[in-house]
Amino acid sequence: MASTPHVDPASAPIIAPGHTFRTVTDKIASIVLARRTPLHWFLGFAIAFGIAQLVLLTIVRLLFWGIGSWGVTVPVGWGFDIINFVWWIGIGHAGTLISAILLLLKQEWRTSINRFAEAMTLFAVACAAQYPLFHTGRPWIAAYWLLPYPNTMGLWPNFRSPLIWDVFAVTTYASVSAVFWYVGLIPDFATLRDRAKNKLMAMVYGVASMGWRGSARHWHNYESAYLLLAGLATPLVVSVHTVVSFDFAVGVLPGWHATIFPPYFVAGAIYAGFAMVLTLAIPLRSWYGLKDFITDRHLDNMAKVMLATGLVVAYGYAMEAFFAWYSASSWELFMIQNRMFGPYGHMYWALILCNVVAPNTLWWPRLRHSTAWLFFISLVVSVGMWLERYVIIVTSLHRDFLPSSWGMYQGTVWDWSFFIGTIGLFLTLMYLFVRFLPAISMFEMKTILPGARVEEHHG
Amino acid sequence: MSALHGLMAEFDDPKAVVEAAEAARMAGYRKMDAYSPYPIEALSEALALPKSHVAKICLAGGIFGLVAGYGLQYWSSVIEYPMNIGGRPFHSWVAFIPPAYETTILFAAFSAVLGMLALNGLPQPYHPVFNVPAFAGASRDKFFLCIEAEDPLFDVEKTRAFLAAQPGVAAVAEVQP
Repeated sequence: MASTPHVDPASAPIIAPGHTFRTVTDKIASIVLARRTPLHWFLGFAIAFGIAQLVLLTIVRLLFWGIGSWGVTVPVGWGFDIINFVWWIGIGHAGTLISAILLLLKQEWRTSINRFAEAMTLFAVACAAQYPLFHTGRPWIAAYWLLPYPNTMGLWPNFRSPLIWDVFAVTTYASVSAVFWYVGLIPDFATLRDRAKNKLMAMVYGVASMGWRGSARHWHNYESAYLLLAGLATPLVVSVHTVVSFDFAVGVLPGWHATIFPPYFVAGAIYAGFAMVLTLAIPLRSWYGLKDFITDRHLDNMAKVMLATGLVVAYGYAMEAFFAWYSASSWELFMIQNRMFGPYGHMYWALILCNVVAPNTLWWPRLRHSTAWLFFISLVVSVGMWLERYVIIVTSLHRDFLPSSWGMYQGTVWDWSFFIGTIGLFLTLMYLFVRFLPAISMFEMKTILPGARVEEHHG
Repeated sequence: MSALHGLMAEFDDPKAVVEAAEAARMAGYRKMDAYSPYPIEALSEALALPKSHVAKICLAGGIFGLVAGYGLQYWSSVIEYPMNIGGRPFHSWVAFIPPAYETTILFAAFSAVLGMLALNGLPQPYHPVFNVPAFAGASRDKFFLCIEAEDPLFDVEKTRAFLAAQPGVAAVAEVQP
């Protein structure tokens, strides 16, 4: 294979040639049904699970000591908790984009990556949820602040606040994503049920499949529901990061109060999400021998989406600076000057380097087709997107209208342990997912195999 | 009346099952179902399945979600506990749009899924087709057409001969109830 000439991945087939219904099923199902768990799985899982313990440690510390163990204080009352929340929620967006929007656009290549991208969405939202849940230090209070339920105090949430909109957007997003994911899994659960050698596993997958038997009448309703879910998830995913951006844009602070925020946040979310999908897909396909399904064409397409959304994000940065100048508001001008050359200036320029300069190397086919470089760039983008949220949140808060109330912010060791812990939690969930559920949708892969489609003839 | 659930023909090729389903419908069979490892639009066409009702259920769920979401906000902010927050009107309809938008999608999505499951009669712990050992292939790479005993034209011998005569048929099995 090493001597084959360079082929442009853009013209390659979505699935490597030679596959049949049987080989696709067996290849994907064997990862889940294999009796022996590969050693590298145990190793990776142990490391991820170990890191995830930091979440528990941090939460225990938080509940005993209160949020004093974090770096947030006046004037920076929003720190790592909201930075990490927005970062994780953003990462989740690529999963829904791949599963819903690319389905509606009939982008068949999405089929190989939608299942694990959806899993990534769910796990990223689960990580994101930790922060708003615990950011008060008194999570039990959050119940009546956030959720409209008839409590003994007769209190209701303030529906005029974007923070409540956020609760509705994120919980809806998590619920709909979970349902979408599960519906996609039902036929694959049936396959695992029929293929499992172990009685117990056959029963577990059987219950999960709800007795799915692949009836044409069932597929008929199923296809309709699946398409409707995609149609509903599309406006939903756009609304989620829009509402997240409202948390900032509805405020009056310079640097937050900007109309560009919703589209700029949505593009940033997709950008970060595709970076994470690449970060996961590149090792996954080589560890489990899935290069026939997640081909170089997939990586190439994802790199292009990442580059395009990266350019939208770069436009957002340019517009932020332009708005500050064009507004002729001294507060806005000061904000952008402080952001670029103030005490956090190094973070701003690091963000520009990670999010604007680095991804532009993907214009060169040679670099884009280098798996190692793509993997590196996807990590750089993840770092850049985290820096972006840090810069937006901290630089606007730390020096507001009144110089007497200025201050500096820095995350404490507990801020970092919570953040690193959720990365461990995310990886733990990914490891469990790859071991117990089919990482690629088997029934959807079959629909795109040559010979799968039957022409309808009327008459 | 036979004690069987029906007769099931097995096919290796999606085209063959579609053609067999079409032939069975032409022959006058109505109580039948086809099984495939992935959705085949032509198969729904061949069986002349009526339009799915999932979309209507989804629409009804969405409208309910919109009314319920907006109604909750109106009732709690205007009727149950009106509170002056920053001088904004009790009925701040613009601010009520995002949560109502989300509840619309939430209820529509859940209605679509629960509606789909209900119309399909799932979850279903038992079904006779699983009594055919080869049926395990229906979730892998095999295609099946089952003519059920309830069909008025059903006759074990004649139906078996009809199914066995279909091009591309691999086997015909009796489905125990």
